[in-house]
Amino acid sequence: MELNSALPGGPIQQRWDKHRAELKLVNPANKRKFSVIVVGTGLAGASASATLAELGYNVQAFTYHDSARRAHSIAAQGGINAAKNYQNDGDSVWRLFYDTVKGGDFRARESNVYRLAQVSVNIIDQCVAQGVPFAREYGGYLSNRSFGGAQVSRTFYAKGQTGQQLLLGAYQALMRQVGLGKVKLHNKQEMMDLIVVDGRARGIVTRDLVTGVVRSHMADAVILATGGYGNVFYLSTNAKACNVTATYRAHKRGALFANPCYTQIHPTCIPQSGDYQSKLTLMSESLRNDGRIWVPKTKGDHRSPDQIPESDRDYYLERKYPSFGNLSPRDIASRAAKEVCDEGRGVGPGGLGVYLDFSDAIRRLGEKAIADRYGNLFEMYERITGENPYKVPMRIYPAVHYTMGGLWVDYNLMSNVPGLFVLGEANFSDHGANRLGASALMQGLADGYFVIPYTIGGYLAQGGLAAVSSEGAEAQQAVKDAEQKIQTLLSIGGKRSPDSFHRELGKIMWDKCGMARNESGLKEALQRIPELREEFWQNLVVPGSGTELNQSLERGLRVADFLEFAELMCFDALQRNESCGGHFREEYQTEDGEALRNDDDYCYVAAWEHTGVGNTPTLHKEPLSFENVKLATRSYK
Amino acid sequence: MNLRLHIWRQAGPNDTGMLKTYDLANVSEHMSFLEMLDVLNEELIAKGEIPVAFDHDCREGICGTCGMVINGRPHGPLARTTACQLHMRTFKDGDEIYIEPWRAKAFPVLRDLVVDRGSFDRIIQKGGFVSVNTGNAQDGNTIPIGKPDADRAMDAAACIGCGACVAACPNSSAMLFTAAKIGHLASLPQGQAERSSRAMNMVLQMDTEGFGACTNHYECEAACPKGISAEFIAQMNRDFVASALGGKG
Ligand SMILES: Cc1cc2nc3c(=O)[nH]c(=O)nc-3n(C[C@H](O)[C@H](O)[C@H](O)COP(=O)(O)OP(=O)(O)OC[C@H]3O[C@@H](n4cnc5c(N)ncnc54)[C@H](O)[C@@H]3O)c2cc1C
Ligand code: FES
Repeated sequence: MELNSALPGGPIQQRWDKHRAELKLVNPANKRKFSVIVVGTGLAGASASATLAELGYNVQAFTYHDSARRAHSIAAQGGINAAKNYQNDGDSVWRLFYDTVKGGDFRARESNVYRLAQVSVNIIDQCVAQGVPFAREYGGYLSNRSFGGAQVSRTFYAKGQTGQQLLLGAYQALMRQVGLGKVKLHNKQEMMDLIVVDGRARGIVTRDLVTGVVRSHMADAVILATGGYGNVFYLSTNAKACNVTATYRAHKRGALFANPCYTQIHPTCIPQSGDYQSKLTLMSESLRNDGRIWVPKTKGDHRSPDQIPESDRDYYLERKYPSFGNLSPRDIASRAAKEVCDEGRGVGPGGLGVYLDFSDAIRRLGEKAIADRYGNLFEMYERITGENPYKVPMRIYPAVHYTMGGLWVDYNLMSNVPGLFVLGEANFSDHGANRLGASALMQGLADGYFVIPYTIGGYLAQGGLAAVSSEGAEAQQAVKDAEQKIQTLLSIGGKRSPDSFHRELGKIMWDKCGMARNESGLKEALQRIPELREEFWQNLVVPGSGTELNQSLERGLRVADFLEFAELMCFDALQRNESCGGHFREEYQTEDGEALRNDDDYCYVAAWEHTGVGNTPTLHKEPLSFENVKLATRSYK
Repeated sequence: MNLRLHIWRQAGPNDTGMLKTYDLANVSEHMSFLEMLDVLNEELIAKGEIPVAFDHDCREGICGTCGMVINGRPHGPLARTTACQLHMRTFKDGDEIYIEPWRAKAFPVLRDLVVDRGSFDRIIQKGGFVSVNTGNAQDGNTIPIGKPDADRAMDAAACIGCGACVAACPNSSAMLFTAAKIGHLASLPQGQAERSSRAMNMVLQMDTEGFGACTNHYECEAACPKGISAEFIAQMNRDFVASALGGKG
């Protein structure tokens, strides 16, 4: 299979303009003759649906949520990057591009990243126009803060609720189009499969989560904006319903899955409190602007934090990475935390935690200023732990947070299946092996507001789309397959619930394919996952029927896909004999424990082709070239 | 701790439904309220019974998906706390807890604790936005917005659309929800062009959906997990009256 990434040539600064100028256009009167399915109404999906409808396309949008406003994007706290340089501190499109390529540990495509940095400035303008209440200075101008992996202040924010406000902006734009009749919105509908006709993506199969009805929907193109797969680990900071089904089903229908092993572990989450734990809560990275991270210098120091004098504390990030300090990138900060806990210097129950201490900042700026910046985060922390972070340092520990991998897409955000486009966290395109903070919101909105509206036109204008209908053989077969799968799940009649399988899978993944990986562990996981999957199909119990609101069934269907997908992640982690970004292979590290990349052999995107459940998937490589940012060892020292 | 739970069970929209009692042992005080229900559900599944359906997603108090009346109060006893953020340390050994769905004509029960809140989306469709197409915008800093206005907009925009305000109101009114969106946009220069038609159209839709009128009980404000102020209702009423007098809509 040949991977054509459709990258434009020429100077990087001009590529997107040149490409847009060359893309075919659909004339305004013809746009309404085309229909587009958008699955997902998070930042990427809602912004895409609204914008495509504004342009005149007929859009059908789908979400399993009861309202488009509830997508996982709503939980993003910290902010969104843009190269506005409002702070006059040396930021530019180039610097954002450079930081993102470097932050991604040289495993992303330069052309895509440059475009992302370019359109970042338009996103802020668009959101302000929609009424997104970004934080302002007293003079009325937009306020910024800094995030990990950057030495400039380019992050825009709305208190600690940036994702909420951006999503509501996109949701409102979407609801306006729903009101105008240009978008047909299908809430509480879960995509179960992709329908491919004559080699092109032409529709989806959905299950109505209230009535259980399974049916097909057809269109001229399909966009997946279905988010990430972090919940393969069971415990993560993702919303509970996040799952891999949409992208994994597309993968089984021929779409390549790229870099599935690149997962991001976020350094600042609230540690787990018991085995009933259902999810982990993130404490925004923006806290690292004012909080200092430390552990006791000596192992087994169980004094309470206020009893430990300065001289007995190890501010290990400041010590090891003096120029970035507490704002070191996520992968580095997470591994450093694991390291001190592995040494036995962790704090709190089980020693799985480090302090994030605000006492210096409170002394310097006053409690009021800190409350202004982080009030809602402090409240949330207190609610969960019962401890007051104004008085006692927070305890934090790394947790799974984001997935850089996703369906492979070309420069137009189209997968290798013609007519199937993938946006937001669901694709693999811009963050390489590690995403910088505040860049996911930027990417989701860039894809939805400013990239897909152009590139989908280029595809549709080429023509050649035959008429299709739900009566067609492919659509009927896909519906039948989905119904069959539901029946099978319901009739196993075993003893274990979907959640119990999910927890067990998550534990395998966290231990063997989590923050650090090695060959023997991955091989072990590749043995245990199929065994667990086997047990799942023998011993699962899903009470109730398929023709009603049945949350156990929803979970069962999602876990079934995770149980196949997890294997793909391990295959990917195993083939990548290097450490880069979020992928840390213990065999490949420098003497002082830093990641050891291997550019000679692994400077490529790993795009996997499905070859049947239980079979080894086929690897396709898209070589990466760095013409603008010189390949170098990442250093934050 | 050991608890006795009385939970609303209703198999579907047309079922009458009733409270059923469950005893749950060994609940840890560190669990969240929803984790406590997870544990109950796992026990029910193990016993071959149908687990309790309840809505949730973020479990961080931001998505607005969770919602249940706990001991007569929407989202339970703690002020400014969603059900998902409520922890069992608020309860004590031997407590009896009543758990019911939001009750309002405009929020029909779908199953157990799950209700249909589509009416909120339809209110937003009628004007809860600024009509600006992608690509129209000028530079973000060309519209300076004083910090007090920006902060006020943010206070209103913090609404998570959970519906607790409706569940708390004796008239099942959606005034606070609707006023929060109107107040958010009315606090900003971007929201002025459509200010009057927005208030008119959203309020009319609220009535169409079957939400009740506001008779100034302010239970909504007390129940709101985000602390949205009932002052926004007064502002909405002014905008609505101005719009009616102006003859626009
Ligand atoms: C706690 C937290 C904090 C974060 N903070 C930040 C931050 O400060 N800055 C930043 O840049 N990023 C942040 N991120 C990351 C960022 O929020 C996400 O990467 C981003 O919002 C993903 O957006 P999305 O539109 O791609 O997907 P989502 O928002 O996940 O949306 C997915 C949509 O797809 C739908 N869907 C999925 N599968 C199906 C299916 N099978 N059928 C039907 N519908 C389906 C869902 O209903 C939903 O509407 C944070 C993430 C977390 C977990
Ligand atoms: S589950 Fe999101 S607010 Fe409670």
